[in-house]
Amino acid sequence: MSAPLVDIRNVSHRFGQLPVLKNVSLAIEPGSYTILLGPSGSGKTTLLSILGGFVTPSEGKVFIRGADCTAVPPARRPTTTVFQDYALFPHMSVGGNVGFGLRMQGVDGATRAAKAREALALVGLAAAFDKKPHQLSGGQRQRVALARALVIEPAVLLLDEPLGALDLKLRRQMQDELKAIQKRVGTAFVHVTHDQEEAMALADHCVVMNDGRIEDEGSPERVYARPKTRFSATFMGESTIVAGKAGASRDGRVTVTTELGPISLPGASTVGAALALAIRPEHLVLGDTKGDVALGTAKVSDVVFQGSFKRVLATSVQDPALQFMAKAPASAIVQPGDTTAVSCNAQDIILLAD
Amino acid sequence: MTFTGHNGRALPWALVTPALAWTLLFFVLPFIAMGLSSLTAHEGGGFTLANYSQLFTDPSYWRAMVNSLEVTAIVTVISILLAYPFAWVLAEMVPERWQRLALMLAVLPFWTSYVVRSYSWLLVLAQNGVINRTLTGIGLIAEPLQLANTRFATVTGFVHFFVMLLTLTIFANLKQLSPSYRKAAADLGAGPVRTFLHVVLPLTLPGIMVGAFLTFVLCIGDYITPQILDGNNELVMPQLVMMQIGRRGDFPLASALSIILMAVVTVAYLACARWLKIERA
Amino acid sequence: MRAVVRIAAWLYAIAVYGFIFLPVVVLVLFSLQATSFPIPPFTGPSLRWYQAVLSDTRLTSALVNSLLVAVLSSLASVTLGFLSAWGFARFVLPGSALLRGLITLPLTVSYLIIGMGLLVLFNWAGVPKSLLAAGIGHVVINLPLCFAIIYSQMGDHQINIERAARDLGAPEWKVLLMITVPVMAPAIFAGFFLSMTFSWDEFVISFLLTRFETTLPVEIWNLLRSGLNPKTNAVGSLVFAVSVVLVVFFELTLLLRKPA
Repeated sequence: MSAPLVDIRNVSHRFGQLPVLKNVSLAIEPGSYTILLGPSGSGKTTLLSILGGFVTPSEGKVFIRGADCTAVPPARRPTTTVFQDYALFPHMSVGGNVGFGLRMQGVDGATRAAKAREALALVGLAAAFDKKPHQLSGGQRQRVALARALVIEPAVLLLDEPLGALDLKLRRQMQDELKAIQKRVGTAFVHVTHDQEEAMALADHCVVMNDGRIEDEGSPERVYARPKTRFSATFMGESTIVAGKAGASRDGRVTVTTELGPISLPGASTVGAALALAIRPEHLVLGDTKGDVALGTAKVSDVVFQGSFKRVLATSVQDPALQFMAKAPASAIVQPGDTTAVSCNAQDIILLAD
Repeated sequence: MTFTGHNGRALPWALVTPALAWTLLFFVLPFIAMGLSSLTAHEGGGFTLANYSQLFTDPSYWRAMVNSLEVTAIVTVISILLAYPFAWVLAEMVPERWQRLALMLAVLPFWTSYVVRSYSWLLVLAQNGVINRTLTGIGLIAEPLQLANTRFATVTGFVHFFVMLLTLTIFANLKQLSPSYRKAAADLGAGPVRTFLHVVLPLTLPGIMVGAFLTFVLCIGDYITPQILDGNNELVMPQLVMMQIGRRGDFPLASALSIILMAVVTVAYLACARWLKIERA
Repeated sequence: MRAVVRIAAWLYAIAVYGFIFLPVVVLVLFSLQATSFPIPPFTGPSLRWYQAVLSDTRLTSALVNSLLVAVLSSLASVTLGFLSAWGFARFVLPGSALLRGLITLPLTVSYLIIGMGLLVLFNWAGVPKSLLAAGIGHVVINLPLCFAIIYSQMGDHQINIERAARDLGAPEWKVLLMITVPVMAPAIFAGFFLSMTFSWDEFVISFLLTRFETTLPVEIWNLLRSGLNPKTNAVGSLVFAVSVVLVVFFELTLLLRKPA
């Protein structure tokens, strides 16, 4: 594999006394769509600001195309940012906005207009050239901001919660368009969000952040199926977490002692280590035991109809502190107050250090 | 978003009528009275247009109009040129936590009495005042300069006041600008100078226009500052109006001159009307 | 280069501060002059001119008059301004934009012209010159200000809060007293405070509309006829001190209101 396009090495940052990034290292490949996913305060926006040049990190280095860009100002680094509030200049037309970066490069008016029109066509807004930003809808402004950032052909495009201001339906629609545009232009996109559905839909490479650290990174499929940490297992999709203690490991299997009884599953651990077993809702089986691991019985506390399925919350009879989150077929007959057996398959259990 | 109350039409009118009545009774009606008075001959009554034509026939009256416009224009331009960079330093270079204090200090003399403020400048600019004593003291000049009772003094007094006023409005404007505009400009390759010229200046222009209009209205209608700092040396319109009342009790002429003055302000208002909208947030 | 620009900018700011404070410093310094002329060299410090001011009953009674006119005219302005702003913001009234324009119209007219108009009207109607006449004039200039400030702050958010109160069964007068006034308190307070300072400092209307009993600015004006006089410095410094205390008080209450 060639050298990464962006190489963030051991970056830490503090705002005053408050550490917001703790020794973060991250590589971004050319042409990839990277999502920084995390709750507010996780440091994802700070990391993006460091990439964009708006914040110089307290420690560590940022290399873009192999050059040290750690302290290079935003104007002179090959990144552009799509701001959360879009920051379209209200006194300029849409064309003036999109052409602004080229104008700063000294590109002549005719070329500028032609390229701006091209960029607007790319985002499906060719007709808006002469309009003012306030005449556009939220989704259209979002596209203008995208065109304005793309027209100067950055190596990396940074998007700060770009869909946050849009309503849900528009957000899902823009999400598909963003992905399509990214594939068409081939520019590496780095996109910050706290919406895990957005992350799964868009990312080639998903980076889960929490408390100033990278908890997990990889393809969204991998992060979802085999999260590396307990945080990742609960933030990227939901999980039922069963706490336990490692028993003996033998033949690539480990026995974990839990309140629900011993559970044997593939993996290994030092004896006595505290473990967490994460199980995705779709892997929990309710009713007559079908899975190869029995998880006791549970009393259903809530059933939420979600259209294509039912989301079932149930409290374990054996361990009242344990809440099961399961996905039942839409046709399943289950009501609050029912008591039901719970089981799953050993290979679906995710073994996590606690 | 509005709606009709449960009390039908009675309540809303009960709310707005007192203010409207006050405005009609003590603003519109006096204005009509002034208009009628301005068309009346001072000696013996009867209809006349002489009070208006006097402005154009009497050279000293016309001179006062020209003086008023000149002083106001000079003051407006100098005040903006001084206040903008000052407001910029306060908004951009003073650390956030000290800004409120810095701004409060910058407009503190605003709260001295208007009459006293002009008088203070007289102390500074007088024949044997602070400036002349300092300059002769260090031997820069041999004879005291004639600073007081000049147009220079009037302009200085006015500029002092309006620099404070404009600093307030421009500062507010600069702070209202979302920082992401500047970030975006920098991100797209604009340096500090071009960010200012292409983004910050155009976006603060409406605020400057509002400030300029305020300066114009307050300056052209002010009697105190020219009367104290220039005396009767170069008369401006408000001095002329007050002279008609004080010395001759000529209400009709004073009314006519007031209406002319107001017409000038109205023209200025129409010129920058699109910048001056009072709207609900 | 960068450093040079920075230093130049700071020097410029200091120079403007100097310009702004020069007359105030001179005023206060020479109010402490021991001799009879407020010009260099400084001969003080002495408080004799402050004594002279405080024992001058014309000045002290003018001060009381000024305070009275300021408080009462501001109360009237803010009450009328608030009620009309509420009416216009909450209800659809025919010709609303035109009527709102009428209320704010005096903002664009010089005080001199407002004073002149009232003088001509009162002269015709036979209303004698008095503090009341000046107070009426002060309401004319401050009512549009209070209206504009309060009206501009009545957003949809406040309307929804009021609707919620009505929805919960509050009658109109309770909505006004328990919801609207408390929610709008900052704007009402700002309107009142600004009206106070404008009225307190207003000269030309008071000059035209009062005769024997008058306000402090007019009385100070009368003092000026005697030329440069440390007594004028002293009274000016006192007025300044009172205003500064008020401003600091206003700033502090605003700061304390904010959940910092």
